[in-house]
Amino acid sequence: MTASVNLDHGLILAAALFVLGLFGVLARRNIIFILLSIEVMLNAAGLAFVVAGAKWGETDGQVMFIFILAMAAAEVSVGLALMLRMYHMLKTLDADAAGSMKG
Amino acid sequence: MNAVFYLSAFVAVISTIMVITRVNAVHALLYFIVSLLSVALIFFVLGAPFIAALEVIIYAGAILVLFVFVIMLLNIGSEAAEKEKQLLSPQAWTGPALLAAVLLAELIYVLVKGGSGAGGIGIIGPKQVGVSLLTKYVIGVELASMLLLAGLVGAYHLGKRDRTKKRRTA
Repeated sequence: MTASVNLDHGLILAAALFVLGLFGVLARRNIIFILLSIEVMLNAAGLAFVVAGAKWGETDGQVMFIFILAMAAAEVSVGLALMLRMYHMLKTLDADAAGSMKG
Repeated sequence: MNAVFYLSAFVAVISTIMVITRVNAVHALLYFIVSLLSVALIFFVLGAPFIAALEVIIYAGAILVLFVFVIMLLNIGSEAAEKEKQLLSPQAWTGPALLAAVLLAELIYVLVKGGSGAGGIGIIGPKQVGVSLLTKYVIGVELASMLLLAGLVGAYHLGKRDRTKKRRTA
């Protein structure tokens, strides 16, 4: 309560979470985990916006977080529908199995 | 309040590492919920109580539930009962439960000691955010509504059964 939080450390946390999500996207091949890692990255981006908004005492960071939230909701619904479709067609959730197109 | 911030940052990083290293998708989801809750606590400490509530309600409450539904849809049948039995074993839930207990202790401490904005920056409340959202960013709101509509139509179209293909195979 006495000392204020160092907001640079908030940005460092956002960067760490973003890199963890990026690692998940690159390293995992199960499509559920790829979608989850994308969510981690979007959440880290929103955290960076809110920390920056708190630093300057403006509302813009929180407004941007609301936009990111709407975008994440749309992205996840389409992504999960695509994942269900892929599972019905290929009987697997391996992203590499969908490596070739029909033409 | 510094300790609360660093402790929840630590919980967030640990649970995110657990998310990307789990083999079982449901375990990863449990850890991801803990990660979202810790980020919500950070928002609360940084003076954004409205965003903290949105993080819990929409992210942890809606988007993650969508994930859970789809994962449950994918393994119907006799495997599901085995999975359910496995899910109730202590090794599945002790990790997330411990991290969530840390977050609960922090939340109680924050609520007793100072409330939101105790990180020393000052609160930006829902009223200011709403005014800014509907005056300065009103075009962004319209665009977000169009994006959500596109997402709705797209998810419906991709999710419905493919009748033409069925007829071809039959």
